[in-house]
Amino acid sequence: MPNYFLTEEQMMIRDLARQIAEEKVKPVRAELDEKEEFPWEIVRILAQADLFRVWVPEEYGGLGGGTLELCLATEELSRACAGVAVTYAGSALGGTPILLFGNEEQKEKYLPPLASGEKLAAFALTEPDAGSDAAAISTTAEKVEGGYVLNGTKQWITNGGEAEIYVVIAMTDKTKGARGASAFIVEKGWEGFGFGKKERKMGIRASATRELIFQDCFVPKENLLGREGMGFIVAMRTFDRTRPGIGAQSVGIAQGALDEALAYAHQRHQFGRPISSFQAIQHMLADMATQIEAARALVYYAARLIDSGEKDISKISAMAKLFASDVAMRVTTDAVQIFGGYGYMREYPVEKMMRDAKITQIYEGTNQIMRNIIAGELIKELASRR
Amino acid sequence: MDIVVCIKQVPETTEVKIDPQTKTLVREGIPGIVNPFDMYAIEEGLRLKERYGGKVKVLTMGPPQAEDALREALAMGADEAVLLSDKALAGSDTLATSYALSMAVRKLGYDLVICGKQAVDGDTAQVGPEMAEHLGVPFVAWVRKVEEVSDGKIKVQRLMDDGYEVLEMPLPALITVVKEINEPRLPSLRGKMRARKAQIPVWTVEDIGADPSRVGLEGSPTQVVRVFTPERRAGGEILQGEPEEVADKLVEKLEAMGVI
Ligand SMILES: Cc1cc2nc3c(=O)[nH]c(=O)nc-3n(C[C@H](O)[C@H](O)[C@H](O)COP(=O)(O)OP(=O)(O)OC[C@H]3O[C@@H](n4cnc5c(N)ncnc54)[C@H](O)[C@@H]3O)c2cc1C
Repeated sequence: MPNYFLTEEQMMIRDLARQIAEEKVKPVRAELDEKEEFPWEIVRILAQADLFRVWVPEEYGGLGGGTLELCLATEELSRACAGVAVTYAGSALGGTPILLFGNEEQKEKYLPPLASGEKLAAFALTEPDAGSDAAAISTTAEKVEGGYVLNGTKQWITNGGEAEIYVVIAMTDKTKGARGASAFIVEKGWEGFGFGKKERKMGIRASATRELIFQDCFVPKENLLGREGMGFIVAMRTFDRTRPGIGAQSVGIAQGALDEALAYAHQRHQFGRPISSFQAIQHMLADMATQIEAARALVYYAARLIDSGEKDISKISAMAKLFASDVAMRVTTDAVQIFGGYGYMREYPVEKMMRDAKITQIYEGTNQIMRNIIAGELIKELASRR
Repeated sequence: MDIVVCIKQVPETTEVKIDPQTKTLVREGIPGIVNPFDMYAIEEGLRLKERYGGKVKVLTMGPPQAEDALREALAMGADEAVLLSDKALAGSDTLATSYALSMAVRKLGYDLVICGKQAVDGDTAQVGPEMAEHLGVPFVAWVRKVEEVSDGKIKVQRLMDDGYEVLEMPLPALITVVKEINEPRLPSLRGKMRARKAQIPVWTVEDIGADPSRVGLEGSPTQVVRVFTPERRAGGEILQGEPEEVADKLVEKLEAMGVI
């Protein structure tokens, strides 16, 4: 595999994440998937290894890395189990708005326990009637003495119920539409904040996806993130930074599927020879490897651009997520094909990879929405050149 | 409590080959790893430190590249590391090695020395116990659990073929540990970064005040007379039938062989 000019520290992150994936995640992934069990034990191992620290600045207990470091760890974990990886990356998704928009007190209070892995975070935007159309959310935050009162239901929240720290988007002023939303930091255990049903999913079944229910939940004004009315800016800027992480998850899933398919093709014999000797299989493997490398290059480039401080990142970030997740879906489907009937069986890992890959085309914005964003940026660029 | 963990860098076991002529290990070009049993020793040292406070110092005797093994221990959380490395130590057998290590252990200062039960390359399991003799301290080999350290004493469980024994001895002391004792932790990123930057002192025979005639080839009385592949024993015979019948047949055979 090309080394992508990684620094010694970045290679250290990648290698340690790979070691944990191989030694600790692989042996339990099938069971976690089967039982739909939240991977607390692995979360603790990741915490002890300092992997939750990689994206957090040093002054808040982190190792001072950025998007690329987070992507490297996410990719390696996804190679073994995407359910574990999204649990890990989901905490960074919840922490990113605090890093980007938090004031000093908020950062000092909430980032260190996320860096140590002592606590997990989650990000809550989606509602039953507001998916791609996020501006349609109906959860409200009514201003009262000393803070706000939240009412409403968030749906399909990754790490829901398990996380301690939630960034929640709610409407402070419905009359202003998209400019009427605000972001809040809410802690598990606060009065009026409870959890609804835990979803039973097709893939990433080790991860928790759950409803958050707010019933007259008081949030002190210190926990408003950014200013009132900035809710969607917080959400969009957050996704701009975290979408390459979904790309990294996709690259990891695809790489894991290729690793399995290659080994299997070498060992499976039909017609008196290994199936890897058939050109049809060889070409499939070649296409899989090529697509993965292209996706990885795009994801790392997007991550590096973000880490360089570039402001205009919506388009590249959406491209990385879109391309890599489509690659993951194609590559895992082909991996099942190479395995034949065995690939369809739960005894082998590729059917799980195919189920896991599907979500990468859906969450943090569907791939249709990614194309809308990319096209929107292209047209904007054209207009600005005229 | 000052804990010294003695570790050895060995060739990666899965890649080891035996030279058919000399019957010795082919070490060239094989990556070095920390002797797997020593990983349990490092882990136990770290756990005892977490329980009772103190410091974990790791020691290895070997060529300059054995430093990698020490860095791995530092990455797991060891406080200090020392490399005992000197051309004069080359060719040391277990007696000379344990003597040299014991001198370095004395210099480091210790309440407890922990070793793996054996190194997977030589497989002698001698260096730990011999070191205790050189140091003149009590030891327990094959420890599967440290129950308690208190009042200057350590209480351990020694793994036996048919169970375990509970033993107590005064500190300072030495133990060798088996794999049942714990599950070694993975390194952490901060540990790895610290380990990468750490300055590891290299001690010579002179530094540890060892008698030069007791180390290296000169200090090694062990002579390898012959290394050979033992012949396969012929398969046994299984007698089948009713118990009385089989017993009679067995007695008959034993009598014929002149055993009874
Ligand atoms: C496992 C899982 C975990 C999740 N985790 C989180 C989380 O942690 N936090 C959170 O806030 N949300 C989370 N989500 C929600 C996720 O982000 C949404 O599912 C996603 O944004 C799509 O919304 P939707 O499912 O309502 O689909 P819809 O918006 O109803 O879309 C249905 C279909 O219509 C298409 N479509 C919709 N609008 C357009 C358009 N304008 N142009 C073209 N096509 C369009 C979509 O692409 C899709 O194919 C999670 C979802 C899942 C399944």
